[in-house]
Amino acid sequence: MEAQPTQTPVAKLATGIEGFDLIAQGGLPEGRTTLVAGTAGSAKTVFAAQFLAEGIVRQKEPGVFVTFEEPPADIRRNMLSMAWNIAQWEKEGRWAFVDASPMPGLEQIEAGDFDLGALLARIEHAIHKVAAKRVSIDSLGAVFSQFTNSSMVREELRRLGAALRGMGVTVVMTAERTQEYGEIARFGVEEFVADNVVILRNVLEDEKRRRTVEILKFRGTTHQKGEYPFTVLPDSGIVVIPLSAIELKQRSSDRRVSSGNSELDRLCGGGFFQDSLILVSGATGCGKTLMTAEFIAASISQGERCLLFAYEESREQLFRNARGWGYDFRKFEQEGLLRVVCAYPETAGLEDHLIRIKSEIDAFKPRRMAVDSVSALERVSTSRGFREFIISLASFVKQQEIPGLFTATTANLMGGPSITESHFSSITDTIILLRYVEMLGEMRRGVTVLKMRGSMHEKDIREFTIDDKGMHIGKPFRNIIGILTGRPEFISTGEMERVGRLFKD
Amino acid sequence: MSEQNKYLLKLYITGHTPRSEQAILNLRRICEEDLSGHYEMTVIDVLEHPGLAEDEKILATPTLIKALPPPLRRIIGDLSNTDKVLLGLDLQPVRR
Repeated sequence: MEAQPTQTPVAKLATGIEGFDLIAQGGLPEGRTTLVAGTAGSAKTVFAAQFLAEGIVRQKEPGVFVTFEEPPADIRRNMLSMAWNIAQWEKEGRWAFVDASPMPGLEQIEAGDFDLGALLARIEHAIHKVAAKRVSIDSLGAVFSQFTNSSMVREELRRLGAALRGMGVTVVMTAERTQEYGEIARFGVEEFVADNVVILRNVLEDEKRRRTVEILKFRGTTHQKGEYPFTVLPDSGIVVIPLSAIELKQRSSDRRVSSGNSELDRLCGGGFFQDSLILVSGATGCGKTLMTAEFIAASISQGERCLLFAYEESREQLFRNARGWGYDFRKFEQEGLLRVVCAYPETAGLEDHLIRIKSEIDAFKPRRMAVDSVSALERVSTSRGFREFIISLASFVKQQEIPGLFTATTANLMGGPSITESHFSSITDTIILLRYVEMLGEMRRGVTVLKMRGSMHEKDIREFTIDDKGMHIGKPFRNIIGILTGRPEFISTGEMERVGRLFKD
Repeated sequence: MSEQNKYLLKLYITGHTPRSEQAILNLRRICEEDLSGHYEMTVIDVLEHPGLAEDEKILATPTLIKALPPPLRRIIGDLSNTDKVLLGLDLQPVRR
C-alpha cells in the first residue's frame, strides 16, 4: 500500500458515456486505472473505444488504444457504425493504436528470459506522440494467452500500471470473465492492476438478454451501487440507464389541466394536475385508447403539443379509430401539434424503447404525452427489467413537468390488477380504472377514480357509454357490488337500506 | 554457405540492461560458432526507436527476428537456451 502524499480527494474524469457518469458520480477516477471486466460479448471493447471516442469528441482529449485482441483494422471498421471515424482521428494525431494483436501464422520461440519492455516503450511512445490523456487497453486476458510465463506477464502488467500512473493518464483496462456472477476476472488481474473495478454483464434471463453495468469499487471515492441496465445503440454506443440515480427534484404544481372529458374532470376534483402521471387501467376494448384520444384532443384544443407512443395499434388503425370518435389525428399532425410514434414492442429491447421515448420527448418538447399501452412492452422484457423501465420512464416524464397518461391492459376481462399496475401504482399520482360490468346478461362499462394524489375525488363507480361523440360518464352503479374484483353481484333495494342503516349511529 | 543463404538477423532490446547484454553476447557466440560469419546482425534499442518496434509489432524484449532466409521467425528471450535458438534458425544443434 503506498501512502497518499496529500489529502486531496480523487478527482473524476467524465467519460462522456451517456448515463455512466451519473452512476459513477462524475466519471472514472482521474489519473488512475479502472478495470472493466465482462464475459464474451458484454461490450468491453465498445466501452474501451467509446472512452477514447467521447474524450476526443467532447473534451478534445487525445487517446491511445492498446489492442491485444482485434487488429486495428477490425476496430476501425467496427466502430465506424457508431459514427466514430478512428482513421480520421489517427490522421489528425488524436488517436493512436498500439497494435499488440496476435500475428497469425507467425512462429515464436521462447529461448530464455524476457520481459515486455518493448510493449511498455511503445505505449509510452504513443502517449507522448499524441499527448494522450486517456488510454484503453483491450484486453488483459489476451496478453496472457500470448506468453507461457504468466507470472512474468503479471509482473510486467504491474510495471505498466505504475508507469501509466506516473504519466497521469486515465486508463481503462478490459478483462475477461468466465461467469456473470463469480470471480472478478480471469488470471486474477484485478489483484494487481486496478483499484477500480467496473463489471459489464450480459445475462440471459427468460430467453432475453439483459445488459447491466455495475461499479464494484472506486478506491477513495464514491459511486452508485448495484447493477444498472444499459444498451448499445448503433449510432451512439453504450447508453446507461441510471434509474435510481435520477434525482427526484421535480416541483409540484397546483395547476390543473383537462382530461378532455368534463365529467371525468369532475370525478378527479377538477382535472389532472399539470405535472402528474396518470394510469388508466382496463381490459381490452373498454375505452383506454378513447380516453387517450380525448386527453390528446384537450391538449391540441389549447394549441399545445402532444406526443403519443402507440404500442398496440398501427398508425392506420389508430387514426381510423380516432376518426370514429371525431378526432382527425392526421390534421393534428399536419398542424405540428401532435406526433404519433407507433412501434411494435418486439422491434427492440426495452432499454432501446426507453431511449427512443426520451429522445422523442427531447426533440418534440411536448406539453403532454401519452403511452398506449405500457403493458404491451411487458412482452419484450423480464419482470425485473420491466419494473426498472417503468420507474425510469416515470421519473423521466416527471422531470419534464408535463402530464403523462399511461394505459395498462389488465389480463382478465372483468378486473384484477395487471403487472404494469403493481409496478406503476406507487409512483403514479392518479389511477383510473375502467371495468366491464356484467348486468342482466349485458356488458356495461364502469369507471372509477381509485387515487388522486393531492386532491379530493369522487369515490363512486360510474357507468359510462361510448358513441361517435366519445365517452359519456353517467350515474353510479348503486345496487351492485364486487365490480372491481370482477365478480359483480346485485343486491336488492331492501338489503341496501339495511346495510345503510348499519353505519348510522 | 552461399551468399544467398546469408542470415539477416535483427535483435530488439530495451536499453542496455544485463538481459540485453546477455542476449547480444549469446547471439554473437551462436553466430560465430554455427553460422561461421555468414550473417548480418543489427541491434535495435526500442527505447531509441519505438517507431521501429511499433512497425514490427514487438512486445517482448529481447526479440530476435530472422528476416532471412525464409521463413520469417521470431525468437524471444535472452537466447540462453542455445538449442531453441538453433531450432529457430533452422540449424541442427551441434554436439559439443
